[in-house]
Amino acid sequence: MLSVYDPVIFSRLLTSLTLAFHIIFATIGVGVPVMIALAEWIGIKRNDPHYLLLARRWARGFTITVAVGVVTGTAIGLQLSLLWPKFMQVAGQSIALPLFMETFAFFFEAIFLGIYLYTWDRFKNRMTHFYLLIPVVIGSSASAFFITIVNAFMNAPQGFDVDALTGKIINVQPLVAMFNPATPTKVAHVLISAYLTSAFVLAGIAAISLLRGRKHVYYKKALKLTMVSALIFSIGTAIIGDLSGKYLAEYQPEKLAAAEWHFETTDQAPLVIGGILTENNEIKYGLKIPLALSILAHGSPNAEVIGINDLPKDEIPPLWIHYMFDLMAIIGVTLMLIALTYVVGQRLGKWNVHNKGLLRLIVLGGPLAMLAIEFGWIFAEVGRQPWILRGYMKTTDAATTSGHVDTMLLVFTILYIILAFTCVKVIRKMFKNYPAEEEIASRGGNV
Amino acid sequence: MSYELLGITVLWIFLYGYLIVASIDFGAGFFSYYSEITGNKQLIQPMIERYLSPVWEVTNVFLIFFMVGLIGFFPDTAYYYGTSLLIPGSIAVILLAIRGSYYAFSTYGTKNNRFYLFLYGASGWLIPAALSTVLIISEGGFIKVINGEVQFQYMALFTSPYAWTVVGLALISVLYISSMFLTYYAYKAKDHKAFEIVRKYALAWSLPTIVASLLVFFSIRNHNVEHFERMVDLSWMFVISFLCFLVAVYFVWKRVKLGWAFVFVMFQFAFAFFGYGASHLPYILYPYINIHEHFTNETMAIALVTVFILGLLLLVPSLYLLMRLFLFDIKYVQGNKNS
Ligand code: HDD
Ligand code: HEM
Ligand code: HEM
Repeated sequence: MLSVYDPVIFSRLLTSLTLAFHIIFATIGVGVPVMIALAEWIGIKRNDPHYLLLARRWARGFTITVAVGVVTGTAIGLQLSLLWPKFMQVAGQSIALPLFMETFAFFFEAIFLGIYLYTWDRFKNRMTHFYLLIPVVIGSSASAFFITIVNAFMNAPQGFDVDALTGKIINVQPLVAMFNPATPTKVAHVLISAYLTSAFVLAGIAAISLLRGRKHVYYKKALKLTMVSALIFSIGTAIIGDLSGKYLAEYQPEKLAAAEWHFETTDQAPLVIGGILTENNEIKYGLKIPLALSILAHGSPNAEVIGINDLPKDEIPPLWIHYMFDLMAIIGVTLMLIALTYVVGQRLGKWNVHNKGLLRLIVLGGPLAMLAIEFGWIFAEVGRQPWILRGYMKTTDAATTSGHVDTMLLVFTILYIILAFTCVKVIRKMFKNYPAEEEIASRGGNV
Repeated sequence: MSYELLGITVLWIFLYGYLIVASIDFGAGFFSYYSEITGNKQLIQPMIERYLSPVWEVTNVFLIFFMVGLIGFFPDTAYYYGTSLLIPGSIAVILLAIRGSYYAFSTYGTKNNRFYLFLYGASGWLIPAALSTVLIISEGGFIKVINGEVQFQYMALFTSPYAWTVVGLALISVLYISSMFLTYYAYKAKDHKAFEIVRKYALAWSLPTIVASLLVFFSIRNHNVEHFERMVDLSWMFVISFLCFLVAVYFVWKRVKLGWAFVFVMFQFAFAFFGYGASHLPYILYPYINIHEHFTNETMAIALVTVFILGLLLLVPSLYLLMRLFLFDIKYVQGNKNS
C-alpha cells in the first residue's frame, strides 16, 4: 500500500494519543483529592485512625499519578502549539484567558500539594493539616474547570467577530467566550465524572484486598466510603449527562443526530442502543427505546429532534461515535447499579456485601469508569469533526505543515508505554512492600 | 509602561524565575546521581531530597506559565514557533517527561534504583539545553518563510557556532547555579561534610560559567550584529553581572555570608538575563515577530493583566508559606522534621 505523508492525520493521532493518556491521570488528579479530603475529614471528626490512614495511603499513591499527570499535561500544553499552530494563533486571541487562569490553578495546587504531603505530623491541631488540602481540591478542580472551558469554546465558539476583509479576529469579549452555551454542562459533566471514576478506582483497590482474603476493617471502611460517594456521583453524572444531551440538541444537533443514528427529523423519536448500520443507513439488531431520544433531547416525548438528513452533509461527524455514546451511557448505568446494590445491601444489613460476586463487580467498575471517560471524550471530540472550532475553522486547516509528525507519533507512543508500565510497577510495589495492616501495627493506632 | 512591554516583562520575570528554580532542581538531580557513582551518596543525597521533594512540581509550573502567557500575549508566536519547533520542542517534552516521572518514581516509589536516578539526573541536566533552542532560534537566521509557509533550517542550527555556545552555557550554568544554592543549603543545614563537597562543585563550575558566558556574548556578534550592538549599549548590565559573580565566588571561597553569596548569584543572572532580554527587544523572533505589531488585542491584554494581578495575590502568600515551611525552617532543613 502506498501511503502519503499527511501531517493532519498524524497530528490528530498524536493529539488523541497524548490526551487519551493524560486524561487518565488528569481524572485521578481531579477526583482523588476530593476522596482524600473526605477520608481525612471523617477521620478527624470521628477520631478514627483508619480513615486517617486511608487519606495518608491514598495521598502516597497519588504523588506518583500526579507526576505522570504533570508531565503528560506539559506535553499536551506544548503539543497544542506544535501540532495546531493556526488554531492556537486564533485561540490566543480569543480564549487565552482560561488557559492563563489554569496556570494559576496549577500553581496553587502544586504549592499546597507539596506542603500537604510533607506536613502530616507537623501541626498540633489536625485540622490545620486538613485545611492545607482544601487549596489542592480547589486547584485541581479549577484547572479541570478552566481547561474544559477551552474545550467548550471549541464546540460553541462565541465572544469574537471575524473581520470579513482581513480575516482578523476583532471585538473580543473574553468572558462571553468563556461562558459559552457548552460551558455549564460540559464542565459539570467532566468534573462529576472525574469524581465518580476516582471513587470507583479507589473502591476497586479496597475490593481487591478484600478478595485476596484480607479481613481488616480498614478495607471495609474504605469500601463503604468510596461506594457511598460513587452512588452519589453516579446519579449526578447521569443527570448532568442528560442535560448534556439537551445542550447538544440545541447547539450541536449534528453531534446528537450522528450519535443516535437519527436520520429523519421527527417527533416522538426513539433512542437506538447498539445495532449495526446497513449500506442504506438502515439500523439492524439495535435495541429501540420508544420516545427516549425526544426525552433526552428536549425533555418531552413529543418533541421534535432534527435528523441527519436535514443537516449539511459535509458537516456530519463519523457515524461510529454512536458506539462511543452507547458504551459511555451503558457503563454509567452499570456503575450506578453496582453502587446502588452495595449501598442498599449495606443499609439492610441482612446480606453480606463483601461477597465475592459483588466485590468482583466493584473491581471491574474502576477500569470501566475510566473507559467511560475515554469513550465520552472520543465521542465529544470526534463528534465535533470536521471542525476544530465549530463553524469557524476546520481541523484540516489548523494542523501544522511540519514534517516528521509521524516519527514523533512513534516516539511518544513508546514514551507513554514506558511511563504507563513503570507507573503501575512502582505503585504496586509501594503498597505491596508495606501493606495497610503493617502500617496500622507500626503506628500503634496513632495515625 | 505600554501593555506589550508590561506583558513581555512579566513573562521574562517568570522565565527568569524558571531559570533559577529549574537550574537548582536539575543540577541537584545531576549531583545526586554523581554522588551515587562517586560514593558520596550518603553525604549529600538526603539533603538534596529534603529540598527537592516539596518543590519540584512548582518548578514545572513556571515553565507552563511562560508558555501559556506567551501565546496569550503574543498569539502569533504560536504560529511561528509552533511550526518550526516540532522536533526540538518534542525533545524537550520527552526530557521533561522522563525527568518528572522518574524523579517521582525514584523519590516516592522505588527508592535506591540506580537506573531511575540516572534517568532523572541525566534528563534534567539536558532540559535547559533543549529549551535554549527557543532562545537560539529567536535570534533569527534559522527560520525561512517560503510561499507563506514557515520552514525550519535544521542544518543552519547544527552548524551554528552561536547555537553551540548557548547550549554550552546552558549545560554549565545549571551546575553552577545549583551547586551555589546547595552550598548555602548545606551550610544552613549544618551538614559540614556535604557542605565541603558541594562547595568544591560550586568553585569548580564558576570559571567555566564565565568563560561560557563570554563566548555567547561574542558569538552573538557574528550571528546578529544588530542585537550585539544593542547589548553593547547595555554593557553596564553585563559588567554588574560580572561583579556580582566575583562577590558570590569570593564569599564561597572564604566560606562567609553564604546566603548573600547565593543572592549575588541570582543578581548575576538577573542582570545578564535582563540585559540580554532588553537588548533583544522589540523582537520576540527576529525579524518576524516584534512586541508592537504582534501583540494580542487590547481587551484580551487587559483581561490577562487583571487575571495576572489577581493571580499574584493568590500566589505570593502561598509561595511565601512554602518557603517558610521548607526553606527557612531551620528544623526542617536540618532534617529533624519529617513527614
Ligand atoms: C465516568 C464517565 C462517564 C459516564 C458514566 C457518563 N459520561 Fe457522558 N461524558 C463523559 C463521561 C461520562 C466525559 C468524559 O466527561 C465527557 C466527554 C466530553 C465531555 O464534555 O464529557 C462526556 C460527554 C457526554 C456528552 C457529550 C457532551 C458534549 O459533547 O458536549 C453527552 C451527551 C453525555 N456525556 C451524556 C451522558 C449520559 C446520558 C450518560 C448516562 C449515564 C453519561 N454521559 C455517562
Ligand atoms: C479539555 C480539553 C481538550 C482540548 C482543548 C482538546 C483539543 C483537541 C484538539 C485541538 C484536537 C485536534 C483537532 C481535532 O481533531 O478536532 C483534538 C482532537 C481529539 N481529541 Fe481532544 N481536546 C481535549 C480533551 C480531549 C480528551 C480528554 C480526549 C481523550 C480521549 C480527547 C480526544 C481527542 C480525539 C480522539 C481527537 C481526534 C478527533 C479526530 O481527529 O477525529 N480530547 N482535541
Ligand atoms: C478535560 C481534560 C483535562 C483535565 C480534566 C485536565 C486536568 C489536569 C490536572 C488535574 C493536571 C495536574 C495533575 C496534578 O497536578 O494533579 C493537569 C496537568 C496539566 N494539564 Fe491537563 N487536563 C485536561 C486536559 C488538558 C489539556 C487539553 C491541556 C492542554 C492545554 C492540559 C494541560 C495541562 C498541563 C500543561 C498540565 C501540567 C501542569 C503542571 O505542570 O502542573 N490538560 N491537567
